[in-house]
Formats: sequence, structure tokens, C-alpha cells
Amino acid sequence: MAIRWGSYPTKGLHDEIIQARGKPRPAADQLCQFLRGLSDKEIEEYKAAADLAIKLMGITFTVYSDSDGSIDRTWPFDIIPRVVDSREWRQIERGLVQRVKALNLFIADLYDQQQVVKDGVFPGELLEDSVNFRPQCVGVKPPQGIWAHICGSDLVRDKDGVVYVLEDNLRVPSGVSYMLENRQVMKRVFPDLFENESILPVDDYPSKLYDMLASLSPRRVAKPVVAVLTPGIYNSAYFEHSYLAQQMGAELVEGSDLVVGDDDCVYMRTIDGPKRVDVIYRRIDDLFLDPEAFNPDSTLGVAGLMRAWKAGKVGLANAPGAGVADDKVVYAYVPDLIRYYLHEEPLIPNVPTYRCIYKEERDYVLAHIAELVVKPANESGGYGMLIGPQASTEECEQFVRAIKRNPRNYVAQPMLTLSTAPTLVGTKVEPRHLDLRPFILSGKETYVTTGGLTRVALRKGSTVVNSSQGGGSKDTWIVDLEGGN
Amino acid sequence: MLSRVANSLYWIGRYIERAEDIARLISVSSHLQLDLPKGIRPGWISIVHILGDEEAFLKQGLENDERQIMKFLIGDLSHPGSILSSLSMARESARTVRDVMPREAWEEINALYQTAKSDAQKGYWPKNRHVYLQQIVRGAQTITGILSGSMLHDETYHFVRLGRNLERADMTSRIIDVRSADLVPPAEHELTPFENIQWMSVLKSLTGYQMYRRSVQEPVRRRDVLEFLFKERLFPRAILHCIGEIEGCALALKKNTKVLAQIHAVERSIEKVKPGALEQAELHHLIDQLQLGLAGIDEAIRESYFA
Repeated sequence: MAIRWGSYPTKGLHDEIIQARGKPRPAADQLCQFLRGLSDKEIEEYKAAADLAIKLMGITFTVYSDSDGSIDRTWPFDIIPRVVDSREWRQIERGLVQRVKALNLFIADLYDQQQVVKDGVFPGELLEDSVNFRPQCVGVKPPQGIWAHICGSDLVRDKDGVVYVLEDNLRVPSGVSYMLENRQVMKRVFPDLFENESILPVDDYPSKLYDMLASLSPRRVAKPVVAVLTPGIYNSAYFEHSYLAQQMGAELVEGSDLVVGDDDCVYMRTIDGPKRVDVIYRRIDDLFLDPEAFNPDSTLGVAGLMRAWKAGKVGLANAPGAGVADDKVVYAYVPDLIRYYLHEEPLIPNVPTYRCIYKEERDYVLAHIAELVVKPANESGGYGMLIGPQASTEECEQFVRAIKRNPRNYVAQPMLTLSTAPTLVGTKVEPRHLDLRPFILSGKETYVTTGGLTRVALRKGSTVVNSSQGGGSKDTWIVDLEGGN
Repeated sequence: MLSRVANSLYWIGRYIERAEDIARLISVSSHLQLDLPKGIRPGWISIVHILGDEEAFLKQGLENDERQIMKFLIGDLSHPGSILSSLSMARESARTVRDVMPREAWEEINALYQTAKSDAQKGYWPKNRHVYLQQIVRGAQTITGILSGSMLHDETYHFVRLGRNLERADMTSRIIDVRSADLVPPAEHELTPFENIQWMSVLKSLTGYQMYRRSVQEPVRRRDVLEFLFKERLFPRAILHCIGEIEGCALALKKNTKVLAQIHAVERSIEKVKPGALEQAELHHLIDQLQLGLAGIDEAIRESYFA
């Protein structure tokens, strides 16, 4: 017997599968029993079967290198799923719906009357520093008042077991295709597990996405023309763009395929001549979207696209400018925004965040800098961050000076210990840190994926879950213990 | 179908055919070098002439040397007319249209490029050259076979076929042009045995020798070879056959008026002459006109479908 839960370490950690001393959490009980029954040889066989399925299905992500053009790497995948009890998931789902609703109201307000600023809830000066606020969008009223149609929120669980929102991705969040493909792989490799357990399905995402996109169509036609706009084959998420287009039966287009006519409508160039496009799911950042409105050097976008969108001749998801709500400073205000717009208490907490713009909070940060993680507002990907517990005195002092110089550019958070789950290492299991990215669709209705994409740091002790830096992924099971709904 | 997708498919057809044709041409020329007496060997540089690459060749400062020429024609990625460049561009085009092609076709194009690249050295020296080139030809034919055997024969496939046949007609005309110029004997009564060998090599570089024999049953002579290569509609590499294929594709597409007009003009210009009876200068002129005509078809396709 290869996997012994009794010796699986959980001390000082919150593990998603094992509670303590080898005792599985109820939702993972069947899974743990099944895994315990496997021999080393069987484990290797399952692992090989999963690798083969991934290769045959062509699940890849793209890494670009100068020497050899672009390389498609196969997707690193761990065969042990992450399990969540459906009762807990319902809570999270409600919290995400609440959060995205408030975020959409906030974005709409910022590009309209800015009541939230006038009421003193959100400081107007922060807007001036925001790199994602688009003055070009002021006064635009997108259909249904929604700006962030697709949101990917990253959830983490700390060692105390509490689930926090770590960040909201409102620009072009990616990863959903891997969530769908992970499930396909698992169903091929472990069909018997799915037969015996009540694992909620995930595969309705593409049709929900299509319905949401179609609802943005300016023309009332039975089958609006929906296109996925990709930067092209060298983009690391190209697989996902082409996958979603195929799954939705939408056209996969590049900027050069589209043209905006004198009538402000968007057309794609086809062999039969121009064909009108109703809705564009754009996977290109704002600044590259339209050389007329933003970066004039961009060759990825479509000249006149903003004009077409403002004239209401094409639907764009996400709406340009939606990214204003996903920087780190805005994040700190989300609980306040939920209270302000919805008059409700937040259902999922933020990671406690100290805003250096306020004296009291700044003083706390300056006094406790060695215990905190300090983040500049407008950097992403961990760039320019201070991780207090791992930093030298000198580095801490540098940040103290920087905060004093420009307080409103900084926020600070306590250091979290991300939860773990058993991950296959050879034929044994070891705990590895992970997060979870559910996707929320906002249209006439709000839809949350069942679970989401679980990303796992495959290196021991690491908390970096990005696939380009040694991260992998797991299937995410929402298990219904009550049998049915 | 998106114009960009149609454009990519068209170029996949052209590039795969081009890689195959260059490989055939080098292979047959290698044999020919061995068969002819030193004084009248056309030399490796004649392949560069056939492919219309002299300018690039001179610009790179290369010498008329077997290895340098082979490297230039086979493995030089900085030279857009090499086998490897053709395969690389076919692969890049294929990558963007993976969703309309059968998966095996993409895998085969990818694999052919990888082998062509890693083994390129083998093509530079006579010892392994034949095997290497054979691999390229076979790979290209496998791709053609997969596309023909498993793609929907709808407009997507027509664009691949358009590209392939235009490229093929172009290459046949180039081979005739340069080789027939090389082949004008200084005096009519001299060197006839070698003339025969050289016309055989022309046929062989188009895999037409056996088919010529079956079809013509005459000795290999200039007159008959030229008639065969221009006009034998049943031979897949003859000009009129390729034009017929192109016409068939165009008829299946919408908005084809311009393209068809160009095709018919080219067709008539070939039908009305007897290439075998032409003097060398007249033949050269005919081929010049034909090349312009093919470029005209290409342009009409671009304007009608890719603009």
C-alpha cells in the first residue's frame, strides 16, 4: 500500500483533504479510501494515463522563446483532486455573487456621477493614480449597467481555515479552459470515482458564457455573431482563446480580421465579404484594444472599436475600463463598497489590508513592517513587493521611507499560510500549497463556476502557483454529501 | 470563413508543395551531375537559377560551391526560399488554423518541420542527401494525403488545393525554362546521347518519366517532353492539369468572376500554341507570359478573398 494517511503531515497547516492525524474531511472520505487502496504500480498507471490523456487532448500552454519560436508545453496536472463540501461552496458562491455585484455598481458609478467619492467612501485622489481608470469611458452606459462580465477572483484559505478573497481579476482573467479540461481528464482516468460519488458537474460554463455574451448583442437576432478576440498564437493563453471559441461555436479572430465601418459597426473580413460582428469577447488588454483611443502603436487591436462600442453598435466583454476595480488599493475598499452599495455585510472577508493613506493604518504598518507583506498599488505579478518576515532590516527600512514618501501608493497585509492538499510526488503524497480561482459571469443573471481552477505550487514549501513558475493544477470537486440537491 | 483563415490555408498548400518541389529538384539534379561528362554539367548553381534565387544568393556572398548552395537551398532559415523556411512558414500558418484542420495534419506538419530541421546537415553532403530529400518528399505527400483524405472538401479544402496547384504550375514552368535553356546543344548533331539524359532528368524532377513513357511511347525528345509537360491534362504536374484543378476550386467558390477570368486567359494562352515547336526564345517568352498569368491568378485570389 503506497499512500499512508497516518504519516501525512498537517501540523501548523490547514489541509483541504486531511483534518489531522490522517483523518479525512467528510467530503474527501471516499477519495482517501480509494487512494489508500492503490498499489504503487496502480498509482503509476493512473498517472501515466492522465499524462497520456493530456497529450492526446493537446492541452497546452505557450511559452515563447527567441530561439525556437513558440513552444507549446503540456499542462502540469496533479491527479489528486481538491475536494470542497457543497455546503461550504454554497456560502462561497453567495459571497462571490455579492462581491461582483458591488464591484460592477462601483465601476458604473466611477464612470458616471462618482457618488461614492462624493459620499466620502472612496477617496477621489486614488482615482488620479489609478493606471486602469480610463477617462475615455466616462459617460458610457453599457447594456444592463454591467462592466465586468467575466471575473476571476482568487481565493485562499489561511491556516485558521478561513477563506479570503486575495484579488479580483476584472480585465482578462484566464484559466477557465484548464478547469474544464482538468475535469475531462479526470473523467477519462477515474470513471469509477465519478460513478460512486456525487461530484457536481462543471461543463456548462461555455454555454453560460455564450448566453451571457449573446445577451450583449445590440441587434435583436436569433443567433448574434459572437467573436473571441485574441492577440494571436504567441499569447500564453492562446490555447484557451481557441478552446473557448470552439466550445461556444464562436469565431476566433485577431485584430486584423476586424474593421470598423463608417456606420460604426464592427465587421470581420470573410471570403464572402464583410460580416457584421455583434459581440466581442476580447482577450486583449484595454490599452491595446483600439489604437485610435489608446496606444497608437498597438497592432493587436482594431481602430475605431471604442467608437463602435460607445455608439452601442457592438458588445464588449469585459467593458473597457472595468480594470479600474482590480488594483490593490481598490481591493482594500471592497468590504466598504459592499456595505455602501448593497447595505450588506461581506460574506467572504478580504485579507485584512492596511491602507497607508490613512494615518492610523500607516502607523501600524510602519511599526509592524517586519511582520507584513507590503504591496505597491499598481504593480502586478508580485513585482516591487516586500515580504516582511523574509526581508532584511535594510529592505524594510527602504520600504518605510517609500511609504512615508508616497503613502497612498501602498497597502500592507499580514502574511498568510496558504492551505495545502495532498499532491503526488513519485508514488507518495506530500502537502503542497494551493489557491482557487472561481469565475463569475454577470449578465441578466449571475453565474458562478462550480468550484473553479485550483492552482498548486508543485515545489515543496513554495506558494507560487503560476504555471510559468513551477505551478500546476488539480481538478476541483464540489462534493454533495446529502445526495442530490 | 475568415479571410485570414483562407489565406493561411492557401499558403499551407503553397509552402508544402514548394518544399516538396525543391527537394525533388535537388535530388534529380544530384543524379544528373553524376551522369554527365564534366564539361557539360549544368552545375549546382542552375538550381538557384530555376528557383529565381540568384539575387539572394549573391547578396549573401555565397560561392558556387556544392555545400554552400545546398545549405542555402535546404537549411537556411534566413533565406525565405529554402526547404526549411517553406516548412517553417507552413507550420506557422497551420498553427493559426488548427481548428479547421484535422489534428493529424497539424501533427504531421509539425513533425516534418522538426525532422527537416534536426537532419538538415545530412542534406548538405552527397552521402545522405538522397535519403534526406526522400524524407521531405514523403512527409509532404503524407500531409497532402491527410488533408485530402480527412478534411471536409468544402471551401477550406479548396484554398489548400488552390495554393498547391498554383505552386506546382509555377515550379513546372521554372524547371522547363531553365533546363531547356541549358539544353540547347551548340550544334544540332552533337551530344545527342546527353541531351536525351537531360530531358529525362527534367521529367524525373517532376516524377514524370514513367508516366511520360506510358503516355507518349516515343523516345525522350524535346518536342514531345514539352508537349507533355504543358498540355497532358492527365498528368498531375502538367501545366494544363494544374490550371484545371485551380479552375475546379474557383468554380466552387463565390465571388469568382475575376479569378475565373484570369484562369481562362492563362488556359487559352497555352492551348493555342504548340510548345514543342517553339524556338528557345519563343519558348522563354511563352513561359514569361505564363508566369505573369499565374501571378495574375494569385492576385485575383488575394483581391477576391483575402482583402
